[in-house]
Amino acid sequence: MEHTIQTTLILNGAAVTRPIAARQHLVDFLREEMGLTGSHVGCEHGVCGACTLRVDGKIVRGCLMLAVQANGRKVDTIEGLSDSGELADLQRAFHEHNALQCGFCTPGMLMTAQDLVASRPQATRDEIRDHLSGNYCRCTGYHAIVDAVEEVLISRRGGKK
Amino acid sequence: MKAPSFAYAKPATLAEVFDLLERHGEGAKLLAGGQSLIPSLNMRLSSPGVLIDITGVSGLAGIKVEGDTVRIGALTTHAEIERSPEIARHLPLIEQAVKQVAHVAIRNVGTFGGSIALADPAAEYPACCVALDATFVLASRNGERRVPARQFFKGIYATELRPGEVLVAGELKAAGAGYRSAFLELARRVGDYAIVGVAAHAKAGGGKLADVRLAFLGAGDRPMLAANAAAAVDGKAYSAGVVKAAQDALAKDLAPPADLYHSSATKLHLARVLTGRALAALGG
Amino acid sequence: MNARAELPLHAPGTQVDKGYIGQSVPRPQAKRLLQGRGAYTDDLRFPRLAHVVFFRSPHAHAKIKRLELTKAAKSPGVIGVFDGRAVAEYCSPWIAVLGHLKGIKSPPQYAIAIDRACWQGEAVAAVVAETRAQAEDALQLIEADWEPLPAVIDMDEALEGKRVIHPDLGDNVCFKRELDTGGVDEAFAKADVVVEETYGFGRHTGVCLEGRAILADYNAAEHTLTVYHATQAPHMMQDIFSRHLNIPEGNVRVIAKDVGGSYGIKVHVYADEMATAALSVMLRRPVKFVADRLESFVSDIHAREHKVKVRLACTKQGEILAFDLWDLTAIGPYSVYPRTSGIEGNQVVNLTGGPYKHKQYRARMQVVFTNKNVCCQYRAVGHPIAVALTEGIVDLAAAKLGMDPAEFRRKNLIPDDAYPYTFASGIKFEKLSHHKTLGRLLELMDYQKLRAEQASLRKKGVHRGIGLAAMIEVTNPSPAFYGVGGARISAQDGATIRLEPTGMITVLCSVTEQGQGAEGVFAQIAASAVGVTIEKVRVITGDTGVTPYGGGTWASRGAGIGGEAVLQGARALRSNILDIAAVVLNLDKAELDIVGNEVVNRLTLESKLPLVELGRVAYFRPDTLPPKFQSELTVTRHYTPREYGFTFTNGIQASYVEVDPDTGFVKLLKHWCVEDCGTVINPMLVDEQIRGGVVQGIGAALFEECLYDAEGQLLNGNMADYLVPMAAEMPDIICAHIETPTKQSELGAKGAGEAGTAGAPGAVMNAINDALSPFGARVTSQPFTPEKILQALRKV
Repeated sequence: MEHTIQTTLILNGAAVTRPIAARQHLVDFLREEMGLTGSHVGCEHGVCGACTLRVDGKIVRGCLMLAVQANGRKVDTIEGLSDSGELADLQRAFHEHNALQCGFCTPGMLMTAQDLVASRPQATRDEIRDHLSGNYCRCTGYHAIVDAVEEVLISRRGGKK
Repeated sequence: MKAPSFAYAKPATLAEVFDLLERHGEGAKLLAGGQSLIPSLNMRLSSPGVLIDITGVSGLAGIKVEGDTVRIGALTTHAEIERSPEIARHLPLIEQAVKQVAHVAIRNVGTFGGSIALADPAAEYPACCVALDATFVLASRNGERRVPARQFFKGIYATELRPGEVLVAGELKAAGAGYRSAFLELARRVGDYAIVGVAAHAKAGGGKLADVRLAFLGAGDRPMLAANAAAAVDGKAYSAGVVKAAQDALAKDLAPPADLYHSSATKLHLARVLTGRALAALGG
Repeated sequence: MNARAELPLHAPGTQVDKGYIGQSVPRPQAKRLLQGRGAYTDDLRFPRLAHVVFFRSPHAHAKIKRLELTKAAKSPGVIGVFDGRAVAEYCSPWIAVLGHLKGIKSPPQYAIAIDRACWQGEAVAAVVAETRAQAEDALQLIEADWEPLPAVIDMDEALEGKRVIHPDLGDNVCFKRELDTGGVDEAFAKADVVVEETYGFGRHTGVCLEGRAILADYNAAEHTLTVYHATQAPHMMQDIFSRHLNIPEGNVRVIAKDVGGSYGIKVHVYADEMATAALSVMLRRPVKFVADRLESFVSDIHAREHKVKVRLACTKQGEILAFDLWDLTAIGPYSVYPRTSGIEGNQVVNLTGGPYKHKQYRARMQVVFTNKNVCCQYRAVGHPIAVALTEGIVDLAAAKLGMDPAEFRRKNLIPDDAYPYTFASGIKFEKLSHHKTLGRLLELMDYQKLRAEQASLRKKGVHRGIGLAAMIEVTNPSPAFYGVGGARISAQDGATIRLEPTGMITVLCSVTEQGQGAEGVFAQIAASAVGVTIEKVRVITGDTGVTPYGGGTWASRGAGIGGEAVLQGARALRSNILDIAAVVLNLDKAELDIVGNEVVNRLTLESKLPLVELGRVAYFRPDTLPPKFQSELTVTRHYTPREYGFTFTNGIQASYVEVDPDTGFVKLLKHWCVEDCGTVINPMLVDEQIRGGVVQGIGAALFEECLYDAEGQLLNGNMADYLVPMAAEMPDIICAHIETPTKQSELGAKGAGEAGTAGAPGAVMNAINDALSPFGARVTSQPFTPEKILQALRKV
């Protein structure tokens, strides 16, 4: 039998209350019940990073969190952060460097990139690669992604290399 | 890869946790960070009847320094450990090790206690705790008991934890004056489980290393304390010859099981290489 | 259409303007993907959508004695549980053979296996339920009795044939090919130097981040089937669904929405996807299947399991006289439909030694069935193997002669003025630029400086290596690849270009998009050829109900073939627009041009008529045009490469590594690729295709292998144990281009999508061996794990 728990989360800034099956992980809940298909499922064992989301301001693997564990917490998805403009400079840099091809890893990659630029403003190329080391991309070979993130870091530092 | 159905409870106190554990017995699993449990559920490797989410129980997180003991609450996340000035000052071995744990998104959620209780032989903290001769605090309805790390790990995913018990904290002795730490692991990719690794800790001074502890991960079914290798170095003037003696002695300490990509011989060889590098970092 | 049109694309005498050709224009289609607003197949929602999961064989080879499905059928949410016989009533089996691969054989394959499972992971039953979770719950209630059969796992044992997987076929050989120019033994006899080496290539797979996905929607009232399918070849699938599900072709529509990576994995016919479509017909409701990661590893095609012995004969001056090779490759128990699993081995025969001017060549190649997962074409098909063994043995010869590897190559690469040229294997090159690319590479990487750095670091015990890999690459294939063998795979493509009333351009093209930028490239071409600005262009691909008929994406054909169709269509549309402008303006068409969304005076560039106005008149006020005049603002053109069976490109890569001789770990310091893919429409997109391809090749060289045990169990079928390249271990990849356009089209574009993957493994292998050379150690078996390097160093 399905065990459901009444759960309230602050999703992209708005409170959402739903009965959620205890076994459903957060990214499935967002995709199936909330229609937020921007977060993707790539492996469901926490390795590929396609499901990377932000919960209470920290990036997490959406496939490794039960949706009911998001009760009372703030969840930000790619749609929310796109609409708020928080990711705009990263998105523009990714676009200009073609740091995405099929786009499947991109929402998760942007989440992690945003975490980096916010927490390690002096990051070197190697440190960028290290921070992104948990996000699998099969299309780009990572070079363009590193270029895009580096460009944003430089511009946020006021253009100083 | 959808998990099988289970019930979910999020008690507010340890007493309620013990009640639930008693009521459900083997059908219950504790959920802390979930970074290891939830993949196993998604892969249907286990089907508990109920998950007991202990992250709502207060008093189980946080890092506290009491005298020369650093108490790490079981629910302290890797990220909190990584950022902690207390860890950096008093437990440099842990500070080095935490950087190797998985990736940022996992470190934000995964916990110290979860890693210890899982007892994966390739995990970082268990080896560190064995090297540092740490103590784990286990709580149950009957109160608390303390188990030394060196007795806690019994095999792959097997620990001293009894039914109805919850790991609530680790107590680690702050690094004393003159002590140095080196945590080294070899992994094909950043964040992977180590092929083999070493948590090394010793007192360095006067060209010698004393009180040498070398605990290996990925080299057995539990963290392996390499007593023979340590003895080859302990109290002797540091030299290439002494390092070689330690590397040679390692064969008495370790019979590493092969993994998918590395034979036992390769693992032993790599453990020797890490021994040399760790000793160089400690006393070279 | 034979003459290569000189760019600019506008009439001579106007301001020279290539338009967007050659510009690194960011892809408009990327914007939605950046916001998580793409539409991948799993994102779609349908009323009454059901989900299917598959009960898969745990055995590599076993008879299905009994399948007990009734308990599962009663599980909550389950709509039905079906075995192979039930599905066979709706879907006929297929045999993956083609006429031009002489002697190729394979047994019939059913959508769901009947009576016998032939690989661990093969589907033997299907559960359809309201949700995926409920379907998986029901899976656990299926009971199966198996009679395990001997499994054929090792390729040599498969060839030996003591145990034959398909007794009706007589042996385990799917396909074999031999080629002999006739003078090989003589060449080896007179050679000063003979080198020989055996190379191993580990079986690996694509690991697309988006799992295979299909949503089949059968409408019983109309007997129509719409399939939303993450496929590279919608028209091919339309034909296959039609024939095997017995639905008229015109009643089948295949739509490829956004695809999360494919690299060839998603161009094949999968039994479980056919089953999904059949179930939709059977159940008369939409049914979706998305392969999760665990099942992807056991059901997505694998590739590249080869063992190749190669010999090279050369003179003491370093002139290559002959290549001689034996290639044994193991596939699964079936040749994969419809392209067959004989192509990869066939390409190894065609391509080995390809950059070089020797005349003598012998190759013997066999493809054997095993009870492991099925195998078929995966990005760069056969090239990574051919290039690695060619470039590996070339380096070995150079080392034996004490000659610098770049110099050895220079002595032997086909001269840049030798074209057209027929290579020893019979493949024909229109025009390549091996020497130019080699020169550019050595300059780009500052080869001499790296050699000096290597030498000085060696003295300090730091072991770096430089590896080169010259390559040729099959692109823009004609029907010679598949069509001639009887496959209903189209090697031509079409583009419809339409001017909308507001002056926008819509391009419908039969080539498909999986992120490589086909749509972006078509927008650039169309905008340039018509004369509009690029934001006025909208491109639609991936829908058989909307686009012209064509081949889709594979074999690096999108830009070269689809692009040419777009170019021709856009030029024709431009001409038709100017016809209208001429009558509206009462001017001579020859005096007019289209620049920046406006019809202008060709010489003065004075604006005469904005397209938005021309559109208004043509569509809404044709009464104002001359009585006999009809506007034709929709044009379709098709293109087929005709002169060459394959349009070859060339390139050369270099890898710079540091090997830790104590641990066997390899650090990738840097990588370079100089590629000649003809006209470069968007340099950034070509660079990115190369980079992605290089990293895929690095994966094969260092990390990736599908590990099977002796019983045919896949041991590492998850993302923790199967190692794909992640960002921290990858080097920066520097790319440069040489452009030798093909004369077969006006655009002159060849393909570029696979070159990175073709050359990277060989370059990395050569770099590792170069680093290890002071130790007298060599590695030849991919992936080059630390253990293999330590073994070569005799440390374990």
